[in-house]
Amino acid sequence: MPTMTDPASREPSRVTSSAALMEPTAPEPNPHFIQVRDYSFFYGKTQALHGVDFQIPERQVTALIGPSGCGKSTLLRNFNRMNDLIDGVRHTGDIVVNGQSLYDPDLEVIALRKRIGMVFQKSNPFPKSIYENVVYALRMAGQKDRKTLDEVAEQSLRDAALWDEVKDRLHASALGLSGGQQQRLCIARAIANRPEILLMDEPCSALDPIATGKVEELIHSLKKEFTIVIVTHNMQQAGRCSDKTAFFYLGKLIEFDKTEKIFTNPAQKQTEEYITGRFG
Amino acid sequence: MSQFWEQQLNAIRETLLMMGGLTERNLALAMRALVERDDKLCDTVEAEDTQIDQLEIQVDEMVVSYMATHGPVAKDCRLMLTASKISNNLERIADQATKIARRARELNTEPLLKPLIDIPLMAEIAQEMLRDSITCFVDQNVELAIEIIARDKSVDSINKQTHRELTAQMIEEPGTITRALNLMTIAKAIERVADHCTNIAEEVFYLYKGEDIRHDHTLKGPAPSA
Repeated sequence: MPTMTDPASREPSRVTSSAALMEPTAPEPNPHFIQVRDYSFFYGKTQALHGVDFQIPERQVTALIGPSGCGKSTLLRNFNRMNDLIDGVRHTGDIVVNGQSLYDPDLEVIALRKRIGMVFQKSNPFPKSIYENVVYALRMAGQKDRKTLDEVAEQSLRDAALWDEVKDRLHASALGLSGGQQQRLCIARAIANRPEILLMDEPCSALDPIATGKVEELIHSLKKEFTIVIVTHNMQQAGRCSDKTAFFYLGKLIEFDKTEKIFTNPAQKQTEEYITGRFG
Repeated sequence: MSQFWEQQLNAIRETLLMMGGLTERNLALAMRALVERDDKLCDTVEAEDTQIDQLEIQVDEMVVSYMATHGPVAKDCRLMLTASKISNNLERIADQATKIARRARELNTEPLLKPLIDIPLMAEIAQEMLRDSITCFVDQNVELAIEIIARDKSVDSINKQTHRELTAQMIEEPGTITRALNLMTIAKAIERVADHCTNIAEEVFYLYKGEDIRHDHTLKGPAPSA
């Protein structure tokens, strides 16, 4: 049975520049890295997703857009099975990541969530130091080697474009950072474990334009190493940040295509009406 | 739908229509000035041109303002691009009308070189192309846009024929050179009008279909046999 990469085997990337690592050795990105196969999802009797079927490419940014209640966040949360925590949910169809079904009985959900990082709408740093926030997951996984932790902290903060701003106060409280810095800290924390996929649920909705610009720049640089799926209500952001865009409406996938195509000449009238602000 | 931003989009469309109407009228007046040898009409065409110039600036200001404040995408984004290009093409057509009027005024000071047949004929085709290019924009009629493009070759062909005839005339009678050159300039101006109409038709096609058909020579019709 195919399995997802064990994080331990990816350890060298923790201490190596992601760009330097990727260039000589990176295999061709898998265009079918995440396969959503005729996937329907129910909250009790309420059906939130209707037979969604598309494929998300590896090491690209895919934006999920659509009006509130269209199912985009539901789908995002199913990529790391966060919705399992809700009573009465069920699904049909399948989601396959890198060849392995997320619903494989042999799959450990905790291990899955280590491989799929998530960043939320509101930054949620732990009430700990900046350093401890970043290395938290590694400490929980039993990593005690100080040198390794230091290297991971530095690399993650560098990757999150935060290192230069915090390197002199790593042991200060994370809660003292600005909103934009806190969100980038959460991204650093999410990538410290070198996940395969980074899920972002409206990561810039609470940020000012400067902080938003930094996070968008970060998303652009992180896709060299990570497969990123982002939910956003900001059409401009989806246009700027993503390579592919999926438009959802009433739990159905209406259109999925290259972002450039979606935002210049979408094939579906509903997509055009939504992105031009005529409904939604 | 009468949202604020939809009204702004409509204002851009309406300004383009007004510009198209004025340009069409000016071109018709310029041709009447030539055919009827009427200097007053020449003055009118020149005076009206300023208004068309101002409308071009106005369209661009509206487009920049909308783009800066609304970040348009998809068909709205294409409308911004094409509105600016269509207004630019209309302004150039109006410039050609002014050129025709000025040459007509010079021609009016001398006897007619020969009966005007081919030039009014090509002007008629070009005027129809202009009228239809505005119609296809208003009616979202991409089939009509394709038809307009196919007509361009007819105008090119009459222009070439006119040039050949006038060149022969100049060789035969050097005393007609000034008048012949003025007529050649007018024929060339009409040919440019047809080119601008073709450009507008291509922009309309892009606006409504999202496909760029510029420089696709297969769309241009075969040259009519002389």
